[in-house]
Amino acid sequence: MPQLTDLLFYAFAGLTLLFGFLCVANPLSRNPVTSAMFLVLTIISMAGLFVLLHAFFLAAVQILVYAGAVMVLFLFVIMLLDLKEEERRKLNAIAVGLGSVAVLGLAGVLLRALIQAKPVIAAGTQPVEGSTKELGRILFQSYLLPFEILSILLLVAMVGVILLSKKELK
Amino acid sequence: MQPGLPHYLAVSALLFSLGLLGVIARRSLLVMYMSLELMLNAANLALVAFSRFNQNLNGQVMVFFIITVAAAEVAVGLALIVALFRKRQTSHVEDLASLKL
Repeated sequence: MPQLTDLLFYAFAGLTLLFGFLCVANPLSRNPVTSAMFLVLTIISMAGLFVLLHAFFLAAVQILVYAGAVMVLFLFVIMLLDLKEEERRKLNAIAVGLGSVAVLGLAGVLLRALIQAKPVIAAGTQPVEGSTKELGRILFQSYLLPFEILSILLLVAMVGVILLSKKELK
Repeated sequence: MQPGLPHYLAVSALLFSLGLLGVIARRSLLVMYMSLELMLNAANLALVAFSRFNQNLNGQVMVFFIITVAAAEVAVGLALIVALFRKRQTSHVEDLASLKL
């Protein structure tokens, strides 16, 4: 009798891959807004996988930052640019064919390596919990300097974006 | 069959391949950018799975950093796309073949 969490894994994994496929290669629509919406669904299913991996804080951050902030930014830009023309364009058949071959090759190599790999993790050990408390302790003790550098990176990105969006680039 | 580390890594590998397919096959800059996000997310999933099954939380801190850097990257990249669109009135990579604006 399979456990509920196992079934949930297969459900979330299937949904993640299905929505991911519909995001990049939707057979019905090539509208960027459709892609963006399916990317939101992919990210939410992936947050479900994070919960199954007991990474609760990261699941929350994934939904807040990706599905919230980043995708709103994407949709905002899509609607700002008015990309009607994208739907009328034909796909380059040679590029799609060769690209699919390359991607299938990469997926085959990765999966073959996974199948051949020997598991090194002992079955009985207790896996870690990704609680906010533990994560915060590590983040502010071992990783304090990278954390501060990240805040500077965000500031630099903000200044850069403001400069880029000015009317005249000099 | 109980899902273990290989199952999560397989999902991650397939998702990464899907993102790569999007970057190669789609010709709109914005959709290519979304596919890049998909590939970053696939890497995140692999890191979280490793972190869970190796009893080591450092992987999750790494994912935290990756999400932050990805957010900054998206902001700068979209600003670049908007600036490019203003100059050339297109976001289609095949129309953007010349180096000079």
